[in-house]
Amino acid sequence: MKAKFLVPLFLFFVLIGFLAYGLGLNPREVPSPLVGKPAPQFQLAKLDAPDTYFGLEDMRGKVWLLNVWASWCVSCRQEHPVLVELQRSGLVPVVGLNYKDTLDAAKGWLRDYGNPYVVNVVDMDGRVGIDYGVYGTPETFLIDQDGIIRYKHIGPLNRDAVRNVLLPKIAELTRAG
Amino acid sequence: MPVDRFLTRRLRGVAQAALFAVMLAFVSPAAFAAGEATPVAPDLELESRVQSLSHTLRCLVCQNQTIADSNAPLAIDLRNQVREQLAAGRTESEVREYMVARYGEFVLYRPRLSATTVFLWFGPALLLVGGLAWLFLRLRRRQDEPVEHLSAAEHSQALALLKGDQSSPEEPRS
Repeated sequence: MKAKFLVPLFLFFVLIGFLAYGLGLNPREVPSPLVGKPAPQFQLAKLDAPDTYFGLEDMRGKVWLLNVWASWCVSCRQEHPVLVELQRSGLVPVVGLNYKDTLDAAKGWLRDYGNPYVVNVVDMDGRVGIDYGVYGTPETFLIDQDGIIRYKHIGPLNRDAVRNVLLPKIAELTRAG
Repeated sequence: MPVDRFLTRRLRGVAQAALFAVMLAFVSPAAFAAGEATPVAPDLELESRVQSLSHTLRCLVCQNQTIADSNAPLAIDLRNQVREQLAAGRTESEVREYMVARYGEFVLYRPRLSATTVFLWFGPALLLVGGLAWLFLRLRRRQDEPVEHLSAAEHSQALALLKGDQSSPEEPRS
């Protein structure tokens, strides 16, 4: 009973602990309800060939990344070198979803900075973006052989995230498939 | 003339204040909101349903605003989705489900009552009731504590003090 006066102090530290934990969280990262669910279907025109369409089914049987980007998106510029490196490594195909962009700007971007995508599809009005729950570019989805979304990375990819999170998950999925 | 100078200074002060007020008016949120005209559904009843539903959905770009309040491009897109789907005959709860399926429960401005939000909903009331109960118990326990009575010696000492008798040896001099 002697230490009773320490109770408020203890409670104070518990509160501090919660606050410190909260400070480390990123409020922009809202967990997606789509992880573990089938990726929404889409059928969109290709960026370099507007007459031909590309859809989810075209990637069936592969473990791949769907990267949502736009030429107006500042952080996309930041993650671009990481995507180029990923493409060079040949470890995983990346499909680009060009989100609410203009064709000329998007093509110019790929010409200027390099094209890390196996194919780019155009989501001009952002409808497919809404289906995928996109709320801030860039966003990257990891999709498995059966078209199930396995992971979502919100914000620009960096080398750390690729090496420590994405690549192990890809390796695991590839083995399982 | 000192009076004239006083007046001009006074006038300048007023002019500055007015200018400041005008500047404030331009910086106000209303000025920012005056962006593009949002498409309005032809019938007003539908539009009011769109509005009231939009006020219950969170804009994920500017997280503390609803999609009705926000003018972020995504909020505009989502408002258009709401309008389109209501116009197509979907119910409010169907549209809400559509949003939750894509953006998660976080999109609901008013969180649903579930196992994970139960503390959010009832925590404050629980703290209030708990605090009041604790206070009540404390006060009751204090009331039950026996009042310590003065001994005869202490009693006479107190009386002496009250009388102003300075001869009491225990009285501290300050």
